[in-house]
Amino acid sequence: MSIYLDHAATTPLSERAFEAMKPYFCDVFGNPNSQHVFGRDAAKAVGEARQTIASLIGAKTGEVYFTSCGTEADNWAIKGAAMQYRDKGKHLITTQIEHPAVYTTCKQLEKLGFEVTYLPVDNEGFVSCEDFEKAIRDDTILASVMFANNEIGTVEPIKQLAEIAHRHGVIFHTDAVQATGAIRYDVKELGVDMLSMSAHKFYGPKGVGALYLRNGLKMEKFITGGEQERAHRGGTTNTPGVVGLAEALKEALETLEEDNAHIRSMRDHFVEGVLNEIDDIYFNGAKDFSKRLPNNANFSFRFIEGESILFSLDLAGISASSGSACSSGSLEPSRTLLAIGVPVGTAHGSIRFTFGKHNTMQEVDYTLDQLVRIVGRLRAMSPLYNKH
Amino acid sequence: MYNQKVMDVFANPQHMGEVENYNAIGTVGNEVCGDIMQITMRINDDGIIEDAKFKTFGCAAAVASSSTATGMIIGKTIEEALQLTNKQVIEELEGLPPQKIHCSVLAEDAIRAAIENYEQNRAKK
Repeated sequence: MSIYLDHAATTPLSERAFEAMKPYFCDVFGNPNSQHVFGRDAAKAVGEARQTIASLIGAKTGEVYFTSCGTEADNWAIKGAAMQYRDKGKHLITTQIEHPAVYTTCKQLEKLGFEVTYLPVDNEGFVSCEDFEKAIRDDTILASVMFANNEIGTVEPIKQLAEIAHRHGVIFHTDAVQATGAIRYDVKELGVDMLSMSAHKFYGPKGVGALYLRNGLKMEKFITGGEQERAHRGGTTNTPGVVGLAEALKEALETLEEDNAHIRSMRDHFVEGVLNEIDDIYFNGAKDFSKRLPNNANFSFRFIEGESILFSLDLAGISASSGSACSSGSLEPSRTLLAIGVPVGTAHGSIRFTFGKHNTMQEVDYTLDQLVRIVGRLRAMSPLYNKH
Repeated sequence: MYNQKVMDVFANPQHMGEVENYNAIGTVGNEVCGDIMQITMRINDDGIIEDAKFKTFGCAAAVASSSTATGMIIGKTIEEALQLTNKQVIEELEGLPPQKIHCSVLAEDAIRAAIENYEQNRAKK
């Protein structure tokens, strides 16, 4: 049995997106920037994809730019705006729980002379609007706050934060990589200046993402090269990729309510079961599920270590993900879990389960049974656990 | 990441728990680093380790290392147990990933700590 519960890492490509992409590998293979008929056919597909995505998120067609992934979109948004407006100021604001795509980019900008405020979050992972406004200085040029957190699923008050930023003349970016396809939004209503997304998080292909850039916002060129993406991001456009992105987003938003209802019911059932059957655990992230991604459950199991839980789940045919960075060779536990106040030792014993539309309630029940068994077994083995 | 042997030992560890009436106990590592290993032993008057058991908080490599190292010292003399190196534990496990070598070192350290504890207790008597 193989049960996939790591949809925040990536999702399988949807049949619909796959079918939509197929003609653009072998048949309509032209370079969209070529002037001949082969190029024009490809350019038509790219243009339609851009239009589709724009209309789905409430943007104008010219405001959608294609990238190779969410990380690239985040890099472009932050570095592009910081470099463009560096004469206006050198201060940026972000949070302690950002994805490395944003966090590491800000760390790099610090080396280039920018100053960055990393806002703390409360014990459920929420950024405070008050803290945010207080952090704004005269020389603040850019703020970047993630729409929803990748580890604990907490959904940030993006609309309010963007409004505060604009009141002070600060550009606002949001990393919507986890939110897109799970939460319906309209960029104009949100009021953000920039927004990043990645296709493979919502059943689209890997290797393609998009950045929404509000019209009128000047940005430094990101990848210098040809005239692609209004000369801001050189490199031949990934025609099948952008077609797949558009189709996957269209499908995700068409079936959003029913998919979320199914995903949420599995997640809720799982969380309830785990909390009922296992003692000494922390349920990490937003307790109010209306402010949490519907697919996310994250627990810290005291007295045991994450990698051994994950590995035991793997042996039982269940694929989840660890909040512990141990498996990547680092001894540092998750930055997000530490930011919400999980003790260092306990943070090592954290597991993220992210459900998807193809999971079933039977799979959830099997996972619950296995998890109870595994936690019991590892605790019996743990020198820190003395309850019997 | 792990070879079959490590996975098998992790799935079915031997000598897990605490030796009844142990007269040697060693605990090494700390929770912050994500690894704690405890080894208990009963050592007889001839200096032979009659029984040894482990308890481990840590990754699969830490569990496999403690299970293997514990098995390797049962029936041995204190002197023989002190000669056990982490390299021998790794060989017995048919290899560990480079970032998990410290787990085998921890097993070696836990055995030394337990024997040290035994000798301190004896000196007090």
